[in-house]
Amino acid sequence: MRLDLVPRTRRSAVLDILAPALAFVAAVLIGGLVVAALGVSPSAAFVTYFVAPLSEVWSLQEIALKAAPLALIATGLAFCYRADLWNIGAEGQFVVGGLAGGWVGVATHGSGDAPWILPAMLAAGALAGAAYALIPAVLKVRLGVSEILTSLMLVYVAQLLLDYMVRGPLRDPAGYNFPQSVGFDPAARLPYLMEGETLHAGVLVALAAVGLATFVLARTLFGFAVRVVGASPRAARFAGFSDARLTLSVFAISGGAAGLAGIVEVAGKIGQLQPEISPGYGFTAIIVAFLGRLSPPGILVAALVIALTTIGGEGAQIDLKLPLDLTRAFQGLLLGLVLGADVFARYHVRIVPGGPSGRTAS
Amino acid sequence: MEAARSASASPRPQAGPTPLFGAYGIVKRFGGFTANDGVDLEIRAGEIHALLGENGAGKSTLMKILYGLLEPTEGVVTHQGDIVQLPNPDAARRLGIGMVFQHFSLCENLTVAENIALVMPRDFSGRALADRIAKLGIDYGLHLEPDRPVWSLSAGERQRIEIVRCLLQDPKLVILDEPTSVLTPGEAEVLFSVLERLRAEGRALLYISHRLDEVRRLCVRATILRAGKVVSACNPREETARSLAAMMVGSAVREVTVRGGGAVGRERLALDRLALPAPGLHATALRDVSLSVAGGEILGIAGIAGNGQAELFAALSGEVRAADPASVRLDGAPVGDLGITARRRLGAAFVPEERNGHAAAPAMSLSENALLSRHSTAPLTRFGLLRPGAARALAQRVITAFDVRKAGPDPAAGTLSGGNLQKFVVGREILAEPGTLVINQPTWGVDAAAAAHIRQAVIDLAARGTAILVISQDLDELFELAGSIAVLHDGTLSAAVPAAETTREAIGLLMGGSSDAAPAPAH
Repeated sequence: MRLDLVPRTRRSAVLDILAPALAFVAAVLIGGLVVAALGVSPSAAFVTYFVAPLSEVWSLQEIALKAAPLALIATGLAFCYRADLWNIGAEGQFVVGGLAGGWVGVATHGSGDAPWILPAMLAAGALAGAAYALIPAVLKVRLGVSEILTSLMLVYVAQLLLDYMVRGPLRDPAGYNFPQSVGFDPAARLPYLMEGETLHAGVLVALAAVGLATFVLARTLFGFAVRVVGASPRAARFAGFSDARLTLSVFAISGGAAGLAGIVEVAGKIGQLQPEISPGYGFTAIIVAFLGRLSPPGILVAALVIALTTIGGEGAQIDLKLPLDLTRAFQGLLLGLVLGADVFARYHVRIVPGGPSGRTAS
Repeated sequence: MEAARSASASPRPQAGPTPLFGAYGIVKRFGGFTANDGVDLEIRAGEIHALLGENGAGKSTLMKILYGLLEPTEGVVTHQGDIVQLPNPDAARRLGIGMVFQHFSLCENLTVAENIALVMPRDFSGRALADRIAKLGIDYGLHLEPDRPVWSLSAGERQRIEIVRCLLQDPKLVILDEPTSVLTPGEAEVLFSVLERLRAEGRALLYISHRLDEVRRLCVRATILRAGKVVSACNPREETARSLAAMMVGSAVREVTVRGGGAVGRERLALDRLALPAPGLHATALRDVSLSVAGGEILGIAGIAGNGQAELFAALSGEVRAADPASVRLDGAPVGDLGITARRRLGAAFVPEERNGHAAAPAMSLSENALLSRHSTAPLTRFGLLRPGAARALAQRVITAFDVRKAGPDPAAGTLSGGNLQKFVVGREILAEPGTLVINQPTWGVDAAAAAHIRQAVIDLAARGTAILVISQDLDELFELAGSIAVLHDGTLSAAVPAAETTREAIGLLMGGSSDAAPAPAH
């Protein structure tokens, strides 16, 4: 007996949605087995992971606040990955964006409440992230250096740069030598959306970015070029789309989005510069980008799911004494299953009795 | 035609000597597509049996079933009357079935002997193997130097390696898939004498080809497939090339007609001592290539694959830019340093050899593929925004004008058959009414009806004053289309000669490089 994969002649929209949904169900079932093996009731764990975070206002806001930077970064990364370019240094671009925007916040500290301060911080964050992402892009275009290595290594450079800045030049002089900057003025903070709550305007920035990216990919010549270069690089050259220009553009876009997410985090939730400003958003966003199948609306859903499991995981750690690593394992499991389910959306599986194994029909 | 042949339309196993190999009632389905639909085929010892059919008729599927690469959905394969199972090529080889593939499976960086040793049983020692290769070389006129690396060999020599690999296993049946498609006329002659020799030894040969003259010369029995079914089993020597083609296509083949007039205008496309270094280890450098094509003229570039055609096309299209702007000129303007979009804006259009992945993105829809090459020469965008309606309308105009058969309103390009996608790609460029058209292998792997349609469209475009450069390996096609022909060999272009004043033999000699005064460089 052997299994044949026969390509489906037409992709079905229903299957495209059903496949990841079923993958999620499968991941929950497998996760339940693991939880049972750890001696915890799977139903209690399910409630803690997936129901409790959705049933309280504060945890819903936490999910949105965690999903916003993930969606913003992953949307930018989708441009790179669609074009078959591997920017895995979004974490570094996030940090540099937060640092550059935060520097504007520190420099304007105590100068009043001029309305240009917040826009200047956001612009500085986006531009710095874009510029930082252009380093691996230029190295690739000019010298053929692998962007995978350079973008990853620049993450550590960025983290050490932030660490140095908050211990040195940007340290709060009245801060008892703690490695952190002054707290930003109200004019340098993202406004809260509701009185007395934690939800801030950063989630609107993320939503706007998702909408804009959807439009650019589907309806502009540039978006078309990005899609062609990833699908058929020779056809893209035949179309006259310049490899070098596209490489620089998509790195600038993904770096800009990551940098913007960095300053949104710094000017929103944190309110000052400190040695650590990201719990690994730039790396988790890679998972989010692929879970969302590199389409901005899908990425928004994926970011919410990952944020939900993260918040749920924190609850499970406190309430059920389950290890936090279980959440990471679950996220990895989910990614594997969603990508695996893609095979079933694209192929029929046929069982051929009696034949030899190891070969397919086409 | 159809009615006259109905008597022989479905040959049944007949009385007489048991065939060496037989295939009966072969059905092969891929999903909803039936590639072979009840095919019967009998091959006798000591015959060269032709398998004819258009692209997509099911020849390759049948051949793969006989070689154990595919399992039939229904039907049986017999060997001397006994039903046999062919689950893999190993089983086929043990029964004495050998195969010479159209696309060689050789390691470029290994020597001839190493490539042969790769497929031999492990206990075959190096010395004994070299002796066997030498002996086969003498016996069959298949001369090979065992220690030469494959990358330094011509296509004909590479094919000899494949044939020797096959013969070392002493096969009873040899399947040859389009064996002359990469050979010069001279190399083909050598191959034919080898095939005759094998037949005389009592081996059976299954000869798959669409070159009807070769089939009529070599074979006395032919099985013709159309749309997965056997439409005729005949003696090709009792048929004409036209009647064979009609059976393959299912209707009389349209004659290409050259429109009168043919007034040649001013020079539109010119190369002036274009030189480009080889882009890679196994690529070809272009050396001082000069040519000139006037409006209304069709210049044909002949040559065997791998002699610089891809490099020449890239230099003409602007996918690779030349150091000297004046070495490429469009309507007198130097464009050597301009990219493909700028050249399109100056009125040029291009059709590359490879449809899937170069001329078209297979996963994208036809309207997106219309956008691919026409985004700067048709009103398909406004301020960088796409106008999907305009792209769909353009795709529809191409589909209507070139009779592109497809499923669904705007399907992915990759779902079209080769001939229909080629019609779409050629039509997309011709509807731009270009001043200059460069087209590489216009009908490669395309069925006869689509090929005739494409050639007619190219001729009609020239009659409207376009300068056309056709690069092709198919000499019949060049003599049908081109007013004059030049030959590309090892990156050097011969002087163009009027097609009416030269012969296939003369062109064939140039393709083999025999007129080179200098000794052939060894790369």
